[in-house]
Amino acid sequence: MEADMSLGRELRDYATGMVLALILTGTAFGLTLWTQWPVRTRFIVICTCAILQLLVHFRYFLHIDLDKSHRDDLQLILFSSLIIALLVGGMLWVVFNENMRMM
Amino acid sequence: MTHTTVPQPRLYPGMNLGHTDPETHKAAEELVFGFWVFLMSDAVLFALLFAVYETMTGSTADGPIAAQLFHLKPTLIETLVLLTSSFTFGMASLIMKFKRHIRLLQIVLIVTLILGLTFLGFEIGDFAKLARQGAVPQTSGFLSAFYVLVSTHFLHVLSGCIWIVVMVIQLSVFGLDETVKTRLLRLGIFWHFLDIVWIFIFTFVYLLGIL
Repeated sequence: MEADMSLGRELRDYATGMVLALILTGTAFGLTLWTQWPVRTRFIVICTCAILQLLVHFRYFLHIDLDKSHRDDLQLILFSSLIIALLVGGMLWVVFNENMRMM
Repeated sequence: MTHTTVPQPRLYPGMNLGHTDPETHKAAEELVFGFWVFLMSDAVLFALLFAVYETMTGSTADGPIAAQLFHLKPTLIETLVLLTSSFTFGMASLIMKFKRHIRLLQIVLIVTLILGLTFLGFEIGDFAKLARQGAVPQTSGFLSAFYVLVSTHFLHVLSGCIWIVVMVIQLSVFGLDETVKTRLLRLGIFWHFLDIVWIFIFTFVYLLGIL
């Protein structure tokens, strides 16, 4: 009985994730296809959709939330994000700087 | 009072078995966390490939640029197919956790496999179309970076597909024992992770390229 109840809850979680992911994907593609907004605005909205969809997938498909018992993998995600930020940020900074000097 | 407090099981990424199978949950805590460490290192790899791609978008060497090459329709189909496969894998995880019906689990895994292969098929179609237009990796730095990034993801999905085949066979041979369950849990987070990487590919490579 209890098992069936949490089956329903988890099923709803996956469905919610799917619907949210579809909405965000649709927004990003629709914006590219059908709107004539300035490129800068579309760029920002599309990037925001990607970040939101990342969070949706984490929350509803990978079941990672801010729960206390998730501390280890949350810390690992934060650490990996730091590494990614340093490597990617540093690389973009250096390479674009070099590009500019080559002009 | 003989009542002892049971320590709250620790959660791990992906489907948690929890009270439906406490022993496997215990075994999975460490295994899934270890696999999550691998996935995070894989995330660093992809992040750097994205960074390389971003720095190379201008280096077209008089070859074609992103907006001339990429089309939204196949990308949209690929995106929807992969997203649906993530959802059907979620359904497979739920069947494993709550129903323990091996045949049904295998059917849903095979549906996921077919969706994965469909995705790969569309990507091969994309690559072949690009090659017909003369957009091959050696054309320009931009295309080299594009092929490295997208085909790394392609190879990941391909390994995921092979892994699904292996698990379908193992389900027949071993049934739903602890080892098979923890392997399916890890396959699950691998599959969902690949869908997350694809979000960034369709956003940064295709959508922003077409923009």
